[in-house]
Amino acid sequence: MSTGSKTMRWLPLAMFAGLAILLAAGVWLSRKPDREALPSPLIGKPAPEFSLPVLHEPGRLVSLSDLKGAPFVLNVWGSWCPSCRDEHAVITRFAETKRVRVVGYNWKDERSDALRWLEQFGNPYWVVVSDEDSRYALDWGIYGAPETFLVDGNGIVRWKHVGALTDAIVSQELIPALDAAEQAR
Amino acid sequence: MTPAGSRGNSASPLIAFAAALLFALVALPAFAQVADPAPLRFSNPAEEQRFHALVTELRCVMCQNQSLADSNAQIAHDLRREVLTLMRQGKTDAQIRDYLVARYGEFVLYKPRIEEKTWLLWFGPALLLLAGGFVVARVVRRHAGDSAVPTDDQQEW
Repeated sequence: MSTGSKTMRWLPLAMFAGLAILLAAGVWLSRKPDREALPSPLIGKPAPEFSLPVLHEPGRLVSLSDLKGAPFVLNVWGSWCPSCRDEHAVITRFAETKRVRVVGYNWKDERSDALRWLEQFGNPYWVVVSDEDSRYALDWGIYGAPETFLVDGNGIVRWKHVGALTDAIVSQELIPALDAAEQAR
Repeated sequence: MTPAGSRGNSASPLIAFAAALLFALVALPAFAQVADPAPLRFSNPAEEQRFHALVTELRCVMCQNQSLADSNAQIAHDLRREVLTLMRQGKTDAQIRDYLVARYGEFVLYKPRIEEKTWLLWFGPALLLLAGGFVVARVVRRHAGDSAVPTDDQQEW
């Protein structure tokens, strides 16, 4: 009858459509396989200080200040971590381009296991620091290996990836982030 | 486990069952211990209570649908230990939350803080309820004014 009740008649359909769009958006947003990865609050902030022994030379300590001056990539791994093995070929290919220093962060690992692992799969790292007791992992917001950070020459965290790297992530995310970090200097 | 010698004895299944039950009861706490090789020790009940209140409202970062209190992930063990350490250093609950947020982000809070970007989260449901109430009120009012004899058109409502 009145135009008001005519529009009201479409209200349930409109509400249903609205709800359907909302649900579809939810499904669409959850399509990413790494949707559970937490965005790091460290991005844009100074990298946490650390001072850790070198895996191959336990008497020598490497700290954040030793790495400053040029960007570096920090790759968290452990011999106990199956996805680190999957990722290793990707990290190796990336490190071999010698574009940037790739520092290994051996986390919660036995020294002998870590050394054997590197011997078996190859050591692409510029240096490997060893955090057997997880002393600095909380400061870095690490919650599972593998995780990869990009720190620029001023010691600012620029990028982080949780989970195994793939060639696509390296070329689409890490390298552009590295370009940006190098240009900013 | 089954007493092999007592085969044929009518009581043996019962005994075996009782033995199995006893074994399970004795072994269960031992299995539970395996998960946490060094359980946290509290110096007093008040500390324990405060600790539990705090960790139940913190989210485990690895297994995101569990609280820090429930989770058995290694990182949850580490974080629980850290929370207790910070408590013993005399940090307040707010300082401990800030410490975790600075490292793992707002995500660790099961109860998000009320700030500009969480307004929709906190007040959105109330807003939706208000909007729904408004729509219902309009529909009811419209029909209250209608004639007592409904036409077919309106019977759908």
